Amino acid sequence: MERKSVALVGALLIVIVIASVAIWYFMAPPTTGQTGQGPTTGQGTSPPPQTTKEISINGAGATFPFPLYDKWISEYCKARPNVKINYQPIGSGGGIRAHIDKTVHFAASDAPLSEEQLRRAPGTLHIPMTIGAVVVVYNLPSAPKGLNFSGEVLAKIFLGEITRWSDPAIVALNPGVQLPDEEIVVVHRSDSSGTTYVFTDYLSTVSQEWEERVGRGVSVSWPAPRAIGAKGNDGVAATVQQTPYSIGYVEFTYAMKTRLPYGKLMNAAGEYIEPNIESIKKAVEYAAVELPRGDESWSTVSIVRSVARNAQARGAYPIVSFSYIMVYKELSTLPGMDEDTARVLVDFLWWCVHDGQNYAAGLHYVPLPSSVVKLNEDTLKMITFNGQRVLRG
Amino acid sequence: MVADVAGQTKTAHFFYQLPHDRRRPRALITGDKAFKAFTASVASIVVLIIGLMAYYLYLGSQPSIERFGAGFIVWTEWDPVKGIFGALPLILGTLTTSAMALLIALPLSLGVALALSEYMPKRFSNVFSFLVELLAAVPSVVYGLWGLYVLIPFLREVVYPPIRSSLGFLPLFSGPIYGGGVLTASLLLAIMITPIMSAIMRDLFALTPSTLKEAAIALGATKWEAVKLMISYARSGIVAATILGLGRALGEAMAVTMVIGNKFQLLPSSLFDAWYTMAAILANEFIEATDELHISALINVGLLLLVINLIVLICARLIVWRYLKVVGGIMRE
Repeated sequence: MERKSVALVGALLIVIVIASVAIWYFMAPPTTGQTGQGPTTGQGTSPPPQTTKEISINGAGATFPFPLYDKWISEYCKARPNVKINYQPIGSGGGIRAHIDKTVHFAASDAPLSEEQLRRAPGTLHIPMTIGAVVVVYNLPSAPKGLNFSGEVLAKIFLGEITRWSDPAIVALNPGVQLPDEEIVVVHRSDSSGTTYVFTDYLSTVSQEWEERVGRGVSVSWPAPRAIGAKGNDGVAATVQQTPYSIGYVEFTYAMKTRLPYGKLMNAAGEYIEPNIESIKKAVEYAAVELPRGDESWSTVSIVRSVARNAQARGAYPIVSFSYIMVYKELSTLPGMDEDTARVLVDFLWWCVHDGQNYAAGLHYVPLPSSVVKLNEDTLKMITFNGQRVLRG
Repeated sequence: MVADVAGQTKTAHFFYQLPHDRRRPRALITGDKAFKAFTASVASIVVLIIGLMAYYLYLGSQPSIERFGAGFIVWTEWDPVKGIFGALPLILGTLTTSAMALLIALPLSLGVALALSEYMPKRFSNVFSFLVELLAAVPSVVYGLWGLYVLIPFLREVVYPPIRSSLGFLPLFSGPIYGGGVLTASLLLAIMITPIMSAIMRDLFALTPSTLKEAAIALGATKWEAVKLMISYARSGIVAATILGLGRALGEAMAVTMVIGNKFQLLPSSLFDAWYTMAAILANEFIEATDELHISALINVGLLLLVINLIVLICARLIVWRYLKVVGGIMRE
């Protein structure tokens, strides 16, 4: 009897401790005030932050741009030993919550703030930092790479209305290609993610039926009967790789790293576009003309929709999105923020928008086109501390 | 009761006979009291934590409870876009996979424990026990990755096709094979909980008095009959080990979500089909959930998971007590 109760209490205790830690972690946003690592030498090698004081900056949010941000942070801090920047990839949702609660100096998200979120975080600036794209991958033994898809056909496949690879609708897009008479297995993300948001945004834009039945969101209710959910980009890639006759969607950077065949997509101009850095950048350039100012609401911004509406968008890949960093326009409203920290933060963001972009392509991220860089420059110039512009000259 | 009273008088008598009883140093007595206070406070922390946890889960799921009420437990739709949340498929998925995992793991771990404690030469069994304990310490995400990259391809290519072709006339074993699914998740869970269950059971068997076995064999019992006696002697402990395993299976999120296919549907079409569990949906959707109601619905799932765990544990305890009272046999103590 004692052994059993000991075991029981032990099991309960473990379950409870783990669960409570998880709950505290999720309910309470990450705290600021990390201990700054002491600099080994006091000499700053770069001019803009004119201080040798220890500066520690905290950010949190999206996981998609994390490898790039991590690279930026290590490169930026290498030249400035007194600066310590800490970025926690807790997810876009967590980033937005931390931004609203003002527990981080900057937040990152794959989606812009909604109107409701903007009301709770007035004075938010949106800074698109890098570009993501969603790529359709498939596993068809014996079929070639680069199959053609149209938005409508893709929506029907994910709705479960087109169930076989030999369906006339797919055959019509791929004349001369031998397609197997096998049932299609749909693979989608099971975890909520910005990738799913962008993909469902696209399907909703190109298919009335998808918009009515499913809609757009970070997690949606998937209607296809033969579907499996896999966790993360790597989970989807592995599942597609292992499951013959499957189709799925992954982040562009991921499709480049794995050897899965990916499809070309028809855009509004009627061309089949292969996803690559050029075609993705082109999409952003077409969309950039209608972007709002950094201090306006970005809730309706969608490169997907801009490109889909624009029949002139030649050469533009249709499923493209920004990943944002969000900061407050008036930095003194953040608890524990001082002028030096504000100056370093803005300097860091300025560096990311300019020098940082050179690191993007090497990590399979798409660098910002000059029109967006210009927009971001104007946004960064709006940032103030106690009413004083932080960027001078 | 009788045993208790007898025990007490015996203890009292024992102390009474100590010649130094009256001159025991005060420090020892205060130390005794301090230790008692310490254990009491540690024990009350457990109660406090459970209370706090239930309270905060309830607080967090308030919007969902207000909106859906009891419907949350019986509805079968989960649509974050439209804001409709019902958890019945998740509850069924959790209970089914855990029950199946237990069904597979119980005979397996009994066998492992008996082999280790009774049948294996001592020097091997020490090594093997160590390995079993090592398996119990492997993090679940490692099991999940192994499941995704090793177990799933193996099951899909080698194991499932013959099962389907021979047992395909049963609806349970018909339908498309994805690799991941209900059966895969249950198998992986069984593999995960077997080490911890068998480690506990091995200790139990090691603790059964050797006189019991010796007496049985002296009376002419075979080894198998003696072992049966041991199992019956240790059964309350075996049930406790099983409950521990069940607890781990019910709450497992990471490994399950990587192999179950994460399909939100009331019932899968077969054991090869994909399904979903409560812990898995928490692991999947919590991080990027931004909508208030969605977050609240997820916390509500967490609350439900706690309640279901509680109910399962209480049921298991009741079964143990009832079983021990009704069926006589050899009782410990």
